[in-house]
Amino acid sequence: MSVKTEFQDETLYCYLSGEIDHHSSFAIRLEIDDKIESCRPKLTVLDFTDVTFMDSSGIGLVMGRYKLCSQFDGSLTVCGLSDSSYKVMKLAGLSNIASIKKGGVKNDRK
Amino acid sequence: MTVNEFKMTVDSRSVNEGFARTAVAAFAAQLDPTLEEINDIKTAVSEAVTNCIVHGYKNSVGKIFITVRIKSESAVLITIKDRGAGIEDIKKAREPLFTTGGGDRAGLGFSVMESFTDKLTVRSCVGRGTTVTLYKRIYGRAK
Repeated sequence: MSVKTEFQDETLYCYLSGEIDHHSSFAIRLEIDDKIESCRPKLTVLDFTDVTFMDSSGIGLVMGRYKLCSQFDGSLTVCGLSDSSYKVMKLAGLSNIASIKKGGVKNDRK
Repeated sequence: MTVNEFKMTVDSRSVNEGFARTAVAAFAAQLDPTLEEINDIKTAVSEAVTNCIVHGYKNSVGKIFITVRIKSESAVLITIKDRGAGIEDIKKAREPLFTTGGGDRAGLGFSVMESFTDKLTVRSCVGRGTTVTLYKRIYGRAK
């Protein structure tokens, strides 16, 4: 698991990769929260394109980041979801708090 | 009828979550499941094992007992058991979004297990532990 971040035009891009479970989400959370708190982005984008596995910890991760972003009046987009991650996110009704998309940030990446 | 069986015991350390779900999925692979079915098994097992770690053995490290049975009707029966805290109100625990985990726990563990398998059974006794049984039919590519 790892996360790469990029801050550009008031948008924070977070590229997640590997497996997201209760174990790995702890480190991902620390990394992203640190960036959100220092950059105060208008928009935070969580890109799941390179995520190979996700359980409900991924939902907790999105919900928690949503709460933090709204403290700074920022919004949240989740993208690059696989069919099964999309299934888990929909189950949780996350589309009410964030924009949920299947395609990733970079069009050339599948 | 059970045609093949696998048992393992792991410590309730979060680093073992990935190993547990991968080992169960690898054993179930003999039924020639689709990638989607394999992923459903991994996700459901991950939720059950995480529950043992986060709730069952909240402030301690205990053993998680996992049994996987291959059934003759092309199904897999997975039992995940802990001897931890137990659940006071199973009905409430199974409600979507209910959590005692706080913070970043979504409260969707049981909902995910339910929607990714064909049958979920939960037995629990406060102070004695919890047993979660997951049943999943494997249709494979013939579906």
